[in-house]
Amino acid sequence: MHLELIGLGKTFADGKQSREIPAISSVNLRVEQGQLVSIVGPSGCGKSTLLRIISGLEKSFEGKVLLDGQEIVKPTNDVGLVFQQYALFPWRTMCENIEFGLEIMGMCKEERRAIAEKYIHLFGMQGFEDRYPCQLSGGMQQRVAIARTLIMNPKLVLMDEPFGSLDSQTRNDMQEFLMDLRRERNDTILFVTHNVDEAVFLSDRIVVLSKRPAKSLRIFELIAPHPRDRTSKESNDIRREVIGILRQERISPSPAAN
Amino acid sequence: MWRYLPVLLVLCFWQILCFLGTVPNYVLPSPIEIMEGLGTLLTTGMPPGHLLHNHILYSLYRVGWGFSIACALGIPLGLLMGWFPLFHRVLSPFVELIRPIPPLAWIPIAIVWLGIGIRSAAFIIFLGAFFPLLLNTASGVLSVNPILIDAARTLNATQKDIFFKVLLPGSLPSIFVGMRVGMGVAWMTLVAAEFSGVKDGYGLGFMIMTARDIQKPDQILAGMLIIGMIGFIIDWLFRAWESKIRPSV
Repeated sequence: MHLELIGLGKTFADGKQSREIPAISSVNLRVEQGQLVSIVGPSGCGKSTLLRIISGLEKSFEGKVLLDGQEIVKPTNDVGLVFQQYALFPWRTMCENIEFGLEIMGMCKEERRAIAEKYIHLFGMQGFEDRYPCQLSGGMQQRVAIARTLIMNPKLVLMDEPFGSLDSQTRNDMQEFLMDLRRERNDTILFVTHNVDEAVFLSDRIVVLSKRPAKSLRIFELIAPHPRDRTSKESNDIRREVIGILRQERISPSPAAN
Repeated sequence: MWRYLPVLLVLCFWQILCFLGTVPNYVLPSPIEIMEGLGTLLTTGMPPGHLLHNHILYSLYRVGWGFSIACALGIPLGLLMGWFPLFHRVLSPFVELIRPIPPLAWIPIAIVWLGIGIRSAAFIIFLGAFFPLLLNTASGVLSVNPILIDAARTLNATQKDIFFKVLLPGSLPSIFVGMRVGMGVAWMTLVAAEFSGVKDGYGLGFMIMTARDIQKPDQILAGMLIIGMIGFIIDWLFRAWESKIRPSV
């Protein structure tokens, strides 16, 4: 499996002034099987839009998204998306949320319940099956959302700042949980975050995007084995460099201003 | 139950005022006289022979028809209005123009069209319940977080799946609000619709108007009490139903 982004671009129409605002301009990227690639960039630079395009949710954009050479133009079971705000169905129990995709496929109740139970076990969430999302902690809700996506066994998992609204302790727990999960399943993950520490802790590669219109500025290859030491010299060096690029981006004049 | 103590005190005060003759009982009967009036409605009937439970059954029958038709039309149309912006734009002007007409103002034309009887009464009740149902359902669909639709789409949901598995359950709380408000309006409308004449001689509105004709304020007030209590019980049933099928929150 591999993902290729070729000259990906997106402009939004500004209704009021009837002009086009470029959000992303020609992003090229290749993600190989089993990699975790992080995308970091200044806030509002179009990272989420990038994931929406790859997931097939956006209708109009420039360039191509190729998954194993096949162009993606609409949502498919091959690409899963995990949202920052969890996006769980509040009227469904945890188990019913996790089963949603299988239910859509038309799988019978016993069968999908059995598969969901496996994921609930793998995710360490036994005993909460019949709880509703509002009765679960933020970390647990995001685990349910991840399980709901992974149960479809997508070839590519997109995560849009999945731990962005968690407190820092839960965030660290979830990062470690994700690493454990990768040892178990070897998913290919494209991970958007604004948190440089998180990117350095998790990723095989980090792609740094510029501010709007986003293009890729720099790619870092991280080779330190997992589990990583968050405070090692190697981690710190990369962190310092990434933060430096992002700061430079913030203070440089915006091309959209003229 | 202590919170009903003030009500009890007011009832005692009221009874004392009537006992002392401060308020003449042809204007305001005492609580005990109202209870006696209720007894008369149950045993003798108003007009005599037309017993209370039959009045209740006829009224519920009319409301049942009007409300059912309002649900059958209002909920699907509301869902469509929320889901298709074009449909919303086409239907809204009609809603805006027709909704401000009070349902009771339709009584004369309803009688011209449908005659006096169950059909015109059901039509008036339908008009009262329809708009709260329609508008609450539509706003329920619009209030479903778009991110839930995106999530469903990334899990390969078709338009049909999104409608039945996301929009419908997502707007259910608003649909329930619509049903409760619609039923409340329907019940209020019913009694007034029955003032204007019913063919079969039954109905709670008809009953209290007949009691007025023969100067029986105790039976009027007893009838009002029953009308209020039934409205309360219906609303309570809706809330119980809602909490049964929507056990979260």
